[in-house]
Amino acid sequence: MVEVEAFIVLSAALFILGAMGVVLRRNAILVFMSVELMLNAANLALVAFAWHWGGMDGHIFVFFVITVAAAEVAVGLALIVAIFRSRQSINIDELHLMEG
Amino acid sequence: MEFNFLDSLPAIAPEFGLLILAIVVLALDLYLRGDKRDNIAYVTFFGMAALALTPIIWQPEAGSTEYWGGMVRHDSLAQIFKVMVLLAGAITALIAASTREFAQKGEFYLIIIVSALGACLMSASADLIMVFIALETTSIPLYVLVAFRREDKLSVESSMKYFLFGSFASAVMLYGFSFLYGFAGTTNLSAIAAHMASGAMADNLAPVLVAMVLIFVGFGFKISAVPFHFWTPDVYEGAPTPVTAFISVASKAGSFALLMRFLVEVFPQGIVIGGQQVEEFWVGLVIASAVISMTVGNVLALSQKNIKRLLAYSSIAQAGYVLIGVAALQAATAQSVASVSYYLFMYTFTNLLVFGVVALFTESTGSETIADLAGLSRRNPLLALSMTIGLLSLAGIPPAAGFIGKFFLFQAAVEANLEWLAMVGVLNAIVALYYYLVVIKIMYVDRSEDDDKPIAVSVPGRMMLAITVTATLILGIIPGPVFDWALEGASALFEVAAAFGTLVF
Repeated sequence: MVEVEAFIVLSAALFILGAMGVVLRRNAILVFMSVELMLNAANLALVAFAWHWGGMDGHIFVFFVITVAAAEVAVGLALIVAIFRSRQSINIDELHLMEG
Repeated sequence: MEFNFLDSLPAIAPEFGLLILAIVVLALDLYLRGDKRDNIAYVTFFGMAALALTPIIWQPEAGSTEYWGGMVRHDSLAQIFKVMVLLAGAITALIAASTREFAQKGEFYLIIIVSALGACLMSASADLIMVFIALETTSIPLYVLVAFRREDKLSVESSMKYFLFGSFASAVMLYGFSFLYGFAGTTNLSAIAAHMASGAMADNLAPVLVAMVLIFVGFGFKISAVPFHFWTPDVYEGAPTPVTAFISVASKAGSFALLMRFLVEVFPQGIVIGGQQVEEFWVGLVIASAVISMTVGNVLALSQKNIKRLLAYSSIAQAGYVLIGVAALQAATAQSVASVSYYLFMYTFTNLLVFGVVALFTESTGSETIADLAGLSRRNPLLALSMTIGLLSLAGIPPAAGFIGKFFLFQAAVEANLEWLAMVGVLNAIVALYYYLVVIKIMYVDRSEDDDKPIAVSVPGRMMLAITVTATLILGIIPGPVFDWALEGASALFEVAAAFGTLVF
């Protein structure tokens, strides 16, 4: 029997990996995938806690998070396409038309 | 509790109405042709303004009751914030209608309505699931709106920044939520507090603090408090002006309502873990964020050349002032909640007024530079006067509403024994006065080559100015009714906190 702590450690590791990806990656799609990894880390934690408590709230929460993430993907990819059209690159370091 | 549809309906009446309005606008967008398309904006305006009456007609019972399976609360606090969001949406529709670019864009109004729906739900959320969905329902449409000028590099670039920061912040916040759920095994906000107060957390202070910080990051992003403000200036500048106006009031109002609910319902006074008052840490975060937001916002605003960027830094500073009121919540006085509600109520009108004038000015001149405002008092005296009233209100000069709003906030801070924080606020207001006055001076004193070219204002533009100027002045001269309403909201909020100890598991 695996303890709930094991899942939480795994989810914390995923979350930190995702956060590092957001900070270190320069490609917009990879940054975006890192955010998705963070969301999934939270999902894993929610499911593990729901299993621990024997309740359904956590499972239902995860369904909603997945739905919201799908909506976010739709908007995010559309934005990335729009960016690519205007400057043939999706490197986020090049997003500096505005300063100050 | 037995589920009864008609009893539960008033709790989400505005949201229900917004959903219907969204479908109507979508249908009109499909069927109307030619000049008739101008009506879409008016339908949106009158629809949202009418919906703003529903919370006043269907007053909630005293106190705070949970409806729809414990997802939303029906209380005065939610009502006052819903009215704010709905009026913000209505006035934004007028601002958009006064621009050639958006007047006939049906989808623009549709997305505004959906975002307002999210912000309304945010102010009434009573459950972590609802909080998360409401936050995202507000944010995702806003990402789309910021990028509304698809061919414009600035618009798309600012939307990309907003999107990456925003989705990062909500992922961080969600991780905090998963911790809270892990502590208590329930997603209901007040039940989480009851569980933590029951001593089940024993000495595990660290995880609670981690969850608290993660959640605060999410809120800090939404209300554009320093150090989570990086997106604000770029998004305010890059987004089309009507969108900027909406972002600066609606999503902010909803987030502040939620922030107060979190502080009072999830981390109320009396939760002691490992010998430490949990509330103290939360209040510490709020105070630190308030001080640096005010200071950084005001100092950086001093050197701005673009009016929308100046207003972006000003709105960071304004968020700092409001956080003073949130920090005063530690004293659990009704004044604290009421002053935050009142400030945001008047801020809705004031900020929409200022951004509305900017939108009208840009519409006819194509410029957003502060120096180009020169001679505005001769090109259109009414526009210059409206802008002056708006800026004086932001600066906190009577008789505009900003003065009485700041007075209430600082009073709340003094009542909570945070005199020094009120002093920091006053000092910052003096710095801020400088850059607002510079803009007024440029409009009235500086000469420009275009002095003889008048600026025309369209009918919806005039309606918008009339509503916002009147509201700003009336709220400043007769604050009583709205403030009393805000006090009712405060007592409803504290009733929830008082009841948390008696919840049964």
